[in-house]
Amino acid sequence: MTPLRGLWAVILLTATAAFAAEIPRAERRSGYDFMSRETRAMQDDDTANPAMLWVLEGEALWRRQVGAAGRACADCHGDARTTMKGVAARHPAFDAARGRPVTLEQRINGCRAERQQAPPLAYESRELLALTAYVARQSRGLPIDVTIDARTQPFVDAGRATFYRRQGQLNLACSQCHDDNWGRQLAGNAIPQAHPTGYPIYRLEWQGVGSLERRLRGCLVGIRAEPYEFGAADLVDLELYLMSRAAGMKMDAPAIRP
Amino acid sequence: MAGALINVPERAKRGEIVEIKTLISHPMETGYRRNQSGARVERDIIRLFVATYNGTEIFRAELHPAITANPFIVFSTVATESGTLTFKWTGDNAFSVTESASITVD
Repeated sequence: MTPLRGLWAVILLTATAAFAAEIPRAERRSGYDFMSRETRAMQDDDTANPAMLWVLEGEALWRRQVGAAGRACADCHGDARTTMKGVAARHPAFDAARGRPVTLEQRINGCRAERQQAPPLAYESRELLALTAYVARQSRGLPIDVTIDARTQPFVDAGRATFYRRQGQLNLACSQCHDDNWGRQLAGNAIPQAHPTGYPIYRLEWQGVGSLERRLRGCLVGIRAEPYEFGAADLVDLELYLMSRAAGMKMDAPAIRP
Repeated sequence: MAGALINVPERAKRGEIVEIKTLISHPMETGYRRNQSGARVERDIIRLFVATYNGTEIFRAELHPAITANPFIVFSTVATESGTLTFKWTGDNAFSVTESASITVD
């Protein structure tokens, strides 16, 4: 091999490696940017955004006294518009009692168990989605700011490993679509970069509001892998990694997605 | 739950055309789908939407299967006088929701 050929080989190898790397910060785009003008208009107008129906219900639930303790969320947390500002942008967050990160949904159910002495709300139930949507609404416009420190780093790493691990009958990793091929078409839809800025979302395909876990499970079924259970550690770690990957991007919850 | 979001301008000039937006929570189950055991899921849709302005009907819409869940209906009317706009959705399974909003015309 001549020295020149060797140099070309090195350049080619570097180019291939760069292709498979994480998306540079300057090139990150929210799922919002991939949507049609009409769908964006639907999200931007609170009177047209159907997710606001869930927010409205969540606001009522926030003030409703439940459980053996007879306490409402508002009795401890007061006005959500101030106290819940930025909370969704910080989840999944480390929970010292459980020794691992918890999602906003798990935090709400934890509060129900400990403070309200009420039974947990089922994953994807209307009540849990409504409360999550109401809390997430208070973070709209704020940057995603999950805490990455010595306690959470192992979970971020586990989530990253899941993101880059090929799985399912199609033998695909998350990264192969969302890092390597974002912006291209998949069955008529643009492949987004998988930044969870707007959850819970009103997905037009679902005709309703759903959580990030529902979305991730949908993706797993799409690659014909067995989806993780709601609340499973693998799923929460993946959510934490995705949030760390989107750190600094603006929240637009509750968002509309096609 | 049966929540509705209504958007009517609070004030308008006499003779002005105003846009009214309504959004209601409803599954709009078509009646054509089957569940996992093969049984048909009963139809559950809103059949009729009627808007009145100080008692006079100004807009009416019949809804059918295959209309989206949580239907969003936008229409316009001429602001003639101050008063109340009333919106009524009725449908299967004795579904009935009434909401109202006031408008000041000067």
